Parts: sequence; C-alpha cells; structure tokens
Amino acid sequence: MQSSAVSLQEIVDSALESHLGKIGALLPVLYSIQDKLGHVPRQAVPMIARAMSLSRAEIHGVMSFYHDFRSEPAGENIIHLCRAEACQAMGARKLEQHVIRRLGIGFGETTADGLVSLEPVYCLGNCACTPSIRVNDDIHARVTAQKFDEIMDCLEAKS
Amino acid sequence: MALRIFVPRDATACALGADEVADSISKGAKGRGTDVEVIRNGSRGAVWLEPLLEIQTDAGRVAFGPVAPGDVPGLFEAGFPGEADHPLSLGPVDEIPWLARQQRLTFVRAGLGDPLSLENYQALDGFKGLERALALEPQAIVDEITESGLRGRGGAAFPTGIKWQTVLDAESDGENHQKYIVCNADEGDSGTFADRLLMESDPYQLIEGMIIAGLAVGASEGFIYLRSEYPHCRKALEEVISRAEQAAYLGDNICGSGKAFRIDLRIGAGAYICGEETSLLESLEGKRGMIRFKPPLPAVKGLMGLPTVVNNVLSLAAVSTVLAKGAAAYRDFGTGRSRGTLTVQLGGNIKRGGLVELPLGATVRELLEDFGGGTASGRPARAIQVGGPLGTYLPESQWDVALDYEALAGIGAMLGHGGVVVFDDTVDMAQQARFAMEFCAGESCGKCTPCRVGSVRGLEVIDRVIAGREREFNLALLDDLCSTMIDGSLCAMGGLTPYPVRSALEYFPEDFSR
Repeated sequence: MQSSAVSLQEIVDSALESHLGKIGALLPVLYSIQDKLGHVPRQAVPMIARAMSLSRAEIHGVMSFYHDFRSEPAGENIIHLCRAEACQAMGARKLEQHVIRRLGIGFGETTADGLVSLEPVYCLGNCACTPSIRVNDDIHARVTAQKFDEIMDCLEAKS
Repeated sequence: MALRIFVPRDATACALGADEVADSISKGAKGRGTDVEVIRNGSRGAVWLEPLLEIQTDAGRVAFGPVAPGDVPGLFEAGFPGEADHPLSLGPVDEIPWLARQQRLTFVRAGLGDPLSLENYQALDGFKGLERALALEPQAIVDEITESGLRGRGGAAFPTGIKWQTVLDAESDGENHQKYIVCNADEGDSGTFADRLLMESDPYQLIEGMIIAGLAVGASEGFIYLRSEYPHCRKALEEVISRAEQAAYLGDNICGSGKAFRIDLRIGAGAYICGEETSLLESLEGKRGMIRFKPPLPAVKGLMGLPTVVNNVLSLAAVSTVLAKGAAAYRDFGTGRSRGTLTVQLGGNIKRGGLVELPLGATVRELLEDFGGGTASGRPARAIQVGGPLGTYLPESQWDVALDYEALAGIGAMLGHGGVVVFDDTVDMAQQARFAMEFCAGESCGKCTPCRVGSVRGLEVIDRVIAGREREFNLALLDDLCSTMIDGSLCAMGGLTPYPVRSALEYFPEDFSR
C-alpha cells in the first residue's frame, strides 16, 4: 500500500505542476489524474485541497456536480449510451433495454468482470444517424441490438 | 501525379465507417498499383451520404456515397477510381441537389480539404477577415459586427455587436486591463451538431473569429469550453491551436502586428447546464457549474469578474465571414430582422438528415419534405421538436411556420441552436413530456427552486396523469407548475423545460389518456 500511496502523490503532483496557477485549474487537475488512473481516488482529494488552498468539501462538491468525474475505478471500457431525443426518435429506448439486458448492469455500474462501465449521455452530436453510442472515444451510428452485440463480442474477444 | 481521393474524418463519418473505408481504398489502390493520395477532408454535413467519398478529376470532384467499408471492393471492380458505373455513384459533388440547393456562408469550406491544414484554410480565403481586422481600430471592428446584424447563434439570438460594444466600453480592473473571449462550445442540445461539424470541418474559422473578437474588445486571452462528449473535436482543436501558434496567428505577436492573443482549450465534464453562459464561466473558474444571477452581465463582470465576450461557436465563426466579406454582404442574407443564414440540423427519424444552411425563413415542412425526404422509418411524421430539448414539439398543423426567430416566437416556439428532430407516428408524446422533466431534474444546477424542485414534482405529476390518477386535477396542477417554472426560474433550463411539456399536452392530448 505504501508504494501506491507514493505513486498517487506523484501523479497528483504532476497534475498540479501542469495546471496550478491557471484560471480554474481544478477541472484540468482532476482530469489529469483521472486520465492516468481512470478515476480520482478519494485519497487524492486532501492532497489537491492542500495544494490549491481549497477545502475537501469544495473538491467533493465539484467532483459530484459533474457526471464525468469518478471516485471509483471504471471498467476497462466505458460505453456511453445516448438517451436524448434524436436517438429516442430512432428506437434508443428499446436499444437501452437490450443493452441493460446484455450487460446485466444499469447506468453508473460496471460489469462484474470489469470489462464495461455503462453511462448515459445526452447527445453525442451524431443526430442524423441514430441511435448513437460511444465506446471509449469511438462513436457508433445507427446502433441496433445486433450491432451492439457485435461491438460487445469484439470487446470481449479483445480482453 | 497521384489521384486525390477525399474521405471525411469527422465523428459522424467515422461512426459510419470512414476510417475503414479510407483504409480499404489505400490498400485496394496499392494492390492494383494505382497511385492514390487519400485525403481526410471535413464533412460537408450530408450525413445521409456519409461516408461521402470524392475523387478529384479535371472536371471537378465526383462523389460516391454512402460508401460502407464493404462497398470498396465492388467499387474497384466497377472501375474505381476511374470512370465507375456503380449504384453509389452520385456524379459531380456540386450538383447533388441536397447540397446544391443550400446557400452556404459559415459552412462554405466544410468538406473542401483537410480541415487541419493551415495552408488549406489560407488557400480557401481563410484569415482574410483577420487581415482586415488587423488594419482596423477596435471600434471599427465592433461597428462592422453591429452593422452586419449578426445575432448570437447559440440560442438566445442576442445581437453580437451590442455584446461586443459593452465589453469594449467596459473598464477592466484586472491586471493589464485583461478582458476575455470565451467560446461556448458546450453544444449540449440534443439534435444539434453544427458546432461540432464546424470545429471538425473548418476549425480555423473559429480560431480566426476568436482572434478578431480579441482585437475588437481588447482581450488577449481566449478560452474554448468544449464538451467532453466530442472527443474528435478535441483532437482537431488541439491540433489547429498548436499549428496556429507555430504560424504566429496565435501568441504574443499575431502576424507581426505586435498584438497578442492566446487560446486555451478547456474540456467540460458532462454537465448540460454548463452551456448556459454564466454556469460555463463558473465551470471555467474551476467551480460547480451553478448559474449566476444576471445582472451583472458577463460582458461587464464575466470570467474572474472581468469583462468577457461569451459567444457560441457559429457566432464567432460568422465574425470572420463578416469581416472578410463586409457587413452589408452578410446583412443582405436572410429575412426581416433575422439576418444571415440559418444552420438547421435535421436529425432524428429522417431519411436525408444532416446540416442544411439556408437564408433564414425556410419552413419546417420544406426542410422535412424537400431536404429530409420524409422519415427514415417510412412512416408518417407526427411531431417535430425544434430548438433542442427545451424546444416546442410542433404538430403537422404548425409545419408551415418559417424558421426564423420572430415567426417561431409568434407560435410560442423558438429556433434555439437550430436543431430539428423528427418523430414518426410511433412516438408516445406523454413519454416525451415526461422525459423533458426527467432531463431537467437530472441536469438542473440546483440554484433556484422552480427548476430544482419543479422538475422533480413535474415528473411525478406527469406519471400520475399517465397512470390515469385524478387526471383533470393533475393536469391543472401540471399547468400551474409549468407557469411557476417559466416565470420563476433563473435561467432557460427551468424556464423553457415547460415548452416541450406544454406543447405535447396541447397538440397531442390523446397520448395522455391512453
């Protein structure tokens, strides 16, 4: 445990070094840590607080306000399923039921094998070829239940 | 000389397989010994034809689309990239009616070349507006914008010139009298993707507009606040900012003028409310995206309490056109008080969706039928939501309304950011009304009670209506709640959420009593 605590401090320090002094540095600092670790561990909060002269409550307040910040590790892959109107118009509600059945988890949860975290998203800007999902940084268009299964088969094969 | 083949690189084209298409073309050409240069251009916005492949010929560019990765071997067999008689052949790209009927100002360069190439932008008359602005006094630049009649494209349609004048006139008590330019690239409205397309297909235009804004109001620092849901955009912007810095369009000495302007790209974190300008400023300052009371306006006390221009992506992009072509040329597009062009994003259940740029004033029906070609499902269209998730659902009886700010306001609707989302007759409008409240409950910043609590209660009341419990009583309660949200909310989130709800109730009452 000692060694991981040291490396966390190093990650936090490097994030602070890159962004401290900028206007509104907190979000870039949090992102920088999350980009490396997949989440912002709770132990990082007092370290950031001390360096930025903020209270831990302020940092918790910011992290909990935004959907993108995580306190717990995410799955190996993050799937964002669009729930907004342009996707609804092409069957996103049905797709959502299928996705939840196939993964066996709900929004904000991670599969038991750690392969996938499922998150809702409200628009990926891909509204003329819906329904859309985002798998990590890739957007997929006109996603049907079958196409989703193919994407999942591919992720499973890769892991 | 290598034959030039264009395959778009934007998020939508890639979502439809453009990377794989580009890859198969390179491999296929190599296998046949054909000398081919594959250029990843921006998208023209004809989403229904994506991936839209173009070949440079002596007579101009010819197009094929939509080309799925599996279509490429067949194309080669038909003679591609030479004369190819193939079902996907579209002929000269400029003669595709869907594109030819548009009148593009802001999106005129989209799709023409590699959007990340600064040389390509310069060759297509880029930075002409900046050149002119560098020779003008700040007041003269602001006057040009005011005279052009440009109105904010983010949704509120506020005259850009008036906003800039306020910032120019405001005294900054910051260090070195700092003022800021903030680009609102938090395009969260569902059904809208024009900002994304511009940033991926012609990103230097935004950079140019921001520099001009900085020169106009005396700001040397700019921020782009981009939503995290746009990873392709992020890569494009990082690249063009870096290239513009290297070419001295950004930095301490813009084009040798002695004037400074820098751009910092910031990524949002998945909060819809941060598209509201004061919430965005709080977020840029590293705080929770809680909206601020207005006044003071951001133009007077914005980022870090200093005078700040907050403009949408398309507004800032249009600035470069206004300066390059002159205020009068821009103003003479459009109808009545709605100047310039309208960038409609046709989405949802639509056969031929994508980005349509026209002078303001086309009707909803023209868009649906002439451009859209009806629904994708082939079933009758039933409801069209105009203006994003806070926009009104229009029934067929209202589709002859012109898409401009005044005409839509006249029927209690709004243009917003130009999103047009089509639903066919399988839509359950009670569920759509319910979703509007659910979305508001999830995304409210929580500062004011009508929005924070009203949306949760609204959801409960709609559920009781749908369940048929004390229907008349609950409908009256819902109407009363909607009035409270409209009149009592601090910003558009709570203030406009009742619009989709009320329009669903007014025009589609049968869906609430099943």
